[in-house]
Amino acid sequence: MADARTSSLPDILRDAGLYALVAFGLCIPIVAYRTNAGPTGLELTPRWPLVAAFCAAIFVLRVVQRLILARRDARRALTPSPAQATEAVQGEPDAGQRVSTFGLYAFLGIALTLPVIASLASGGLGPARYWIDLGILILTYVMLGWGLNIVVGLAGLLDLGYVAFYAVGAYCYALLSTTFGLSFWVCLPLAGLFAAAWGMVLGFPVLRLRGDYLAIVTLAFGEIIRLVLINWTDLTGGAAGISSIPRASFFGIPFSADEDGFAARFGLEFDSMHRVVFLYYLILGLALLTNFATLRLRRMPIGRAWEALREDEIACRSLGIDTTTTKLTAFALGAAFAGFAGSFFSVRQGFISPESFTFLESAIILAIVVLGGMGSQVGVAIAAVAMVGGPELLRNLGFLSAVFGEGFDPNEYRLLLFGLAMVAMMVWRPRGLISVRVPSVSLGERRAISGAHVSEGHG
Amino acid sequence: MTVLTPANPKTAERIAVGRDAVLSVVHLTMRFGGLTAVNDLSFEARAGDITALIGPNGAGKTTVFNCITGFYKPTEGMLRLAHADGTVHLLERLPNFAVNRTARVARTFQNIRLFPGMTVLENLLVAQHKPLMRASGFTVLGLLGLAGYRSAETAAIDTAKGWLDRIGLMDRADDPAGALPYGAQRRLEIARAMCTDPVLLCLDEPAAGLNPRESAELNALLRYIRDAHHTSVLLIEHDMSVVMQISDHVVVLDYGCKIADGTPDQVRADPKVVAAYLGVEDEEVERVEAEVGISHGEAGA
Repeated sequence: MADARTSSLPDILRDAGLYALVAFGLCIPIVAYRTNAGPTGLELTPRWPLVAAFCAAIFVLRVVQRLILARRDARRALTPSPAQATEAVQGEPDAGQRVSTFGLYAFLGIALTLPVIASLASGGLGPARYWIDLGILILTYVMLGWGLNIVVGLAGLLDLGYVAFYAVGAYCYALLSTTFGLSFWVCLPLAGLFAAAWGMVLGFPVLRLRGDYLAIVTLAFGEIIRLVLINWTDLTGGAAGISSIPRASFFGIPFSADEDGFAARFGLEFDSMHRVVFLYYLILGLALLTNFATLRLRRMPIGRAWEALREDEIACRSLGIDTTTTKLTAFALGAAFAGFAGSFFSVRQGFISPESFTFLESAIILAIVVLGGMGSQVGVAIAAVAMVGGPELLRNLGFLSAVFGEGFDPNEYRLLLFGLAMVAMMVWRPRGLISVRVPSVSLGERRAISGAHVSEGHG
Repeated sequence: MTVLTPANPKTAERIAVGRDAVLSVVHLTMRFGGLTAVNDLSFEARAGDITALIGPNGAGKTTVFNCITGFYKPTEGMLRLAHADGTVHLLERLPNFAVNRTARVARTFQNIRLFPGMTVLENLLVAQHKPLMRASGFTVLGLLGLAGYRSAETAAIDTAKGWLDRIGLMDRADDPAGALPYGAQRRLEIARAMCTDPVLLCLDEPAAGLNPRESAELNALLRYIRDAHHTSVLLIEHDMSVVMQISDHVVVLDYGCKIADGTPDQVRADPKVVAAYLGVEDEEVERVEAEVGISHGEAGA
């Protein structure tokens, strides 16, 4: 809508009227008649009031939009926008940056106390199970997002098959524990090592590829792992998966009702929720470990080399940085964190199958990283909460059926809303929620760098 | 082999004739398919000198640079780099990044290649990757937060500060490199290359796009690098005010061949150089080409 806008009121009303007319035209075939299977065949129920409501809503929304745009244009006419400047303008810290300093503590506080808050709010540990389970789910994705952030956000390597390493970690724990009876605490580092090794295996052949080609090969790698899991039935159980995977123990003490169990040892009354709360804190710890390692690595030469690689690979080579090993370490470390998360996933579920490791999972994790703002830890956490917690909200929107009629299930619109959110992000925050980059070192006050300067990487 | 580390530039100048070559380019040929970009080029850059590589557009200067810095593998020829301690590296055999890491040849680019989203200081720290990586125990020890890495990082920041002071960017240390004005980006790229502690610094058109005042600053910076850091400099340049003022030695290329080699004054007076730059009468073209040894068929361009 780049046409010259006039902001006189009659003009706005005429424009809005035109919009309402288009909406009316669209509504006639879609909304105006409802077909019911009556006793004598199809019956048409006219719904003209609904059509009128739609048209009126469109009219009002367009008027409001035009008024807002007119005000913005008037304001812009007075102050030139930073986008018009030839050189980047170092402006005020934007909303994203303020969120990132403030949101960090809020997020951490809520994450640490979630089981307490949930059980207080819903009256007891048992009823709080839904919230704690949701917390575990979100934190798993936060951890995966943070892990992928090393590869995509820091090193700028587009990885569409990240879920493969998650699968390697999950199967690693499942197979080692069911075959050799190894405990979770032995398998956790092994799963990370295994996944890192697979990260290297993937890394070697794809090092020469960049951008789109790299993305396609990693996508293929993700699918290959899934197909191997389905077809190697002797080892993985095929599509049936692996069941009765040993549950997590409290560092060797099982969460059981007998006298050797966790509750009896610590003088508590047995509650099956103890295990869930333990799992919650376990994934919280793992996620924080990922975050801590990433933040630490960013201040190390290897982390700076990753970011330099994202900015300009040729300049890196001219400075004596071995881009091969640098890329491999990024792949391997990202994969190791996915391996940890995978082995947590299988100890929590007790059952895994290739179904859990589809491309959609990779896409969601990548979407979390991109929506959050590549390279931003807080952004990724916020995006994970929105992407994983958001759909859960839909389940609780039952009242909407009063508006849209019986049988309306908001959950069915999940992917539609997901797509809308993506489009909205592309329009308003194309570089993610938090697009600023915080320097790894500074002489004076640490100032964030506007996303306009930071490269996304080319592979 | 007489190895010299001239403490005093005057002394160095006096005995310049006997100095060793830091870089010897021997029979370098680079072909891209049917196009011979560099044809049997041989020259030497002496230690402690500023050597300029000049020539008209398309003469193959940047190709020579890319061969020296490992971005191209030469079709034929040898690139021999000698360190002051006598170790010799054959650049054409080293992998790309090792030309900087082990042979200690640093370069800048014709179109500036900074890390625009990283701060000026970070740009200089990335250049000190090798010593920092070693100090951090290849990340493992540094991740545990050992003191060795922290002191190494402080030292690296001090080195960076020294260069920032030298190029006049101290007050912009925490700004993103992409936000600097063009001239400052050029200086920063040179400082970043110097942070890798090179024995040979290769500059690809460092004065391109600079105004006369910035060119003069650049001359001073290059002299400082040569005299105070004892780093030899090899530069490609079109700006003759830079070339003639600061070079100790000039090599002129045309159509991938060397047409002149000597001091700035010798080169300036050379009729072949004048012909290559300004063009001549048709008969003279033929005469000069016969002298240089290229016929029309071979030149191909």
